[in-house]
Amino acid sequence: MLDFIARRLVAIIPVLAVVAVFVFLMLRLTPGDPAAVIAGDNATSDQIADIRAKLGLNEPIWTQFAIWIGNVLQGNFGESFFFKKTVAELIAQRIEPTLALTTCTLIIALSLALPLGVLAAWKHGSLIDRFVMAFSVMGFSVPSFVIGYCLIYVFAIELGWLPVQGYIRIGVDFWGFLERMVLPSFTLGIIFIALIARITRASVLEVLNEDYIRTARAKGLSNRVVLMRHALRNAAVPILTVIGIGIALLIGGAVVTESVFGLPGLGRLTVEAVLSRDFPTIQTVILLFSVVYVLINLLIDISYTLFDPRIRY
Amino acid sequence: MSAILDEDVVDSASIAAASTKRRSLWALAIRNSSVIVGGAILLIMLAIALLAPVLGTVDPTRIDPAARNKKPGTEITFRLDDGLTAKRTVLMGTDSLGRDVYSRVIYGTRVSLMIGVAVAVAAVSIGLVIGLVSGYIRWLDGIIMRIMDGLMAIPGILLAIALVSIWRAGLITVIFAIVVPDVPRVVRLVRSVVLTVREEPYVEGAISVGTPTWTLMFRHILPNTVAPLIVQGTFIAAAAILAEAILSFLGIGIPPEIPSWGNIMAEGRTLFRVFPHNILYPGIFLALTVLAVNIMGDGLRDTLDPKMSKKV
Repeated sequence: MLDFIARRLVAIIPVLAVVAVFVFLMLRLTPGDPAAVIAGDNATSDQIADIRAKLGLNEPIWTQFAIWIGNVLQGNFGESFFFKKTVAELIAQRIEPTLALTTCTLIIALSLALPLGVLAAWKHGSLIDRFVMAFSVMGFSVPSFVIGYCLIYVFAIELGWLPVQGYIRIGVDFWGFLERMVLPSFTLGIIFIALIARITRASVLEVLNEDYIRTARAKGLSNRVVLMRHALRNAAVPILTVIGIGIALLIGGAVVTESVFGLPGLGRLTVEAVLSRDFPTIQTVILLFSVVYVLINLLIDISYTLFDPRIRY
Repeated sequence: MSAILDEDVVDSASIAAASTKRRSLWALAIRNSSVIVGGAILLIMLAIALLAPVLGTVDPTRIDPAARNKKPGTEITFRLDDGLTAKRTVLMGTDSLGRDVYSRVIYGTRVSLMIGVAVAVAAVSIGLVIGLVSGYIRWLDGIIMRIMDGLMAIPGILLAIALVSIWRAGLITVIFAIVVPDVPRVVRLVRSVVLTVREEPYVEGAISVGTPTWTLMFRHILPNTVAPLIVQGTFIAAAAILAEAILSFLGIGIPPEIPSWGNIMAEGRTLFRVFPHNILYPGIFLALTVLAVNIMGDGLRDTLDPKMSKKV
């Protein structure tokens, strides 16, 4: 097992290396002088020369990459010239809303999608099955910001049950925080519910034909036990895989959802950084999200053994 | 001499078998109800895009300060070029610059359909070439696949945002930015087909009679990728239409003077509470179009690519 984890950790090194090279090249691929791009429109020539020296832009490109990767590994992501602080500080400041949003979304999506998917597979061909399938096709097609605005219109403007936009830190006012998380989490959750409900239905449907399900029923176990303990557990591996792939959707969706609901998170930061061409920030956010995405999928790979003891590494 | 004869036999037999199989699959596909429903909606959208100028629209970029922020159904008076005035009912209202939302939404159909087709064609062609090379030329495979894995490690929309930020936003930049994240998926698909097919007896036969690599790749291996690629291409088109709308909505997509659904919605964001029509109407068109492409893709997958439909 430890051997397997070690091998998987080694296997993600080339993947992250490609990401790092891409992120490094981003700045060098921009037309014009990278130092001038970083410094922004109002920089003096001294400032540009300063940045040029700091980034080692006068060195050959291999040395530049070595300097850059050395800095990144030490947690030094450079300085945002737009926000006037280090990128590390900026990220620390903006990470809470994004973490809160993605966690709430995952909780809502899993607690709705798993039962829906199991139910659709159990009542295969019934009205509820068709509803789940129709919902999942819709979920993939309606963009999250349209869903977001529809939810705002109905629940915040017409009914007035929830606030329209904004964010309150979890430590400041917990109820205010929860109130402001409901609509964004559902907005971001729709596509995730669609994705997970669909794969749950498909994999439970396949498992339900197995002999051990018939045996379990023959033993007189209740439907709930058969479905949740025998069927869902055996269907867990493909579901987990899809959740892992879906993390990319979650990250992409967070960028949009944070913009719709005015949440000051990393997604919003990404858009602000692109609009102000704040490259150190863009580079760091991309690097961070990609590392998180790769690591989550690594954890999911490892967790397969928990759900399916037949898988041994 | 005999080698040439043999090659001919292998060739015609395999091609005949493949093409009858393919023809019957297509016949099945166009009878599939999902393909019919999705295709019909798409044909209507295509008709709307082509007939935009005669569908009662005005210039979608025409600014009219006197008619700003009108609700749907309002009758506005506007001045013609010769100084006379005329009255017109704005079906979907006007935006904060007084531009007619109905005309913008109708013309926006052109932009979205064009982006969907362009991205699908570009991603499939680029992915096809790289995938064939990777699946067939073994020593390149490792390098190509590591690069593809790396690109797939960056969440799609984020990669597109990063690419847009490198160059200033323009139509071509946006299309390119949406194409790149899709390429690795096509490459993996093509490569897996190549790896399966090259073990088939008819390919081994073709190799043994000395068929040149390029002929082998394009005549014997390529046709096997057509059905799964059409399915994949359909889903890429749907995702591309959504991606353009997302980028434009965030203000980093195609230039704001081009009336695309994403741009109309971006424009409507600030006054959403009072005038939701700016977001509502383009949103309906966008969702309907993507839904149609997805439904068609599901139907095509069920008929053309039964192996894939079992998986999800």
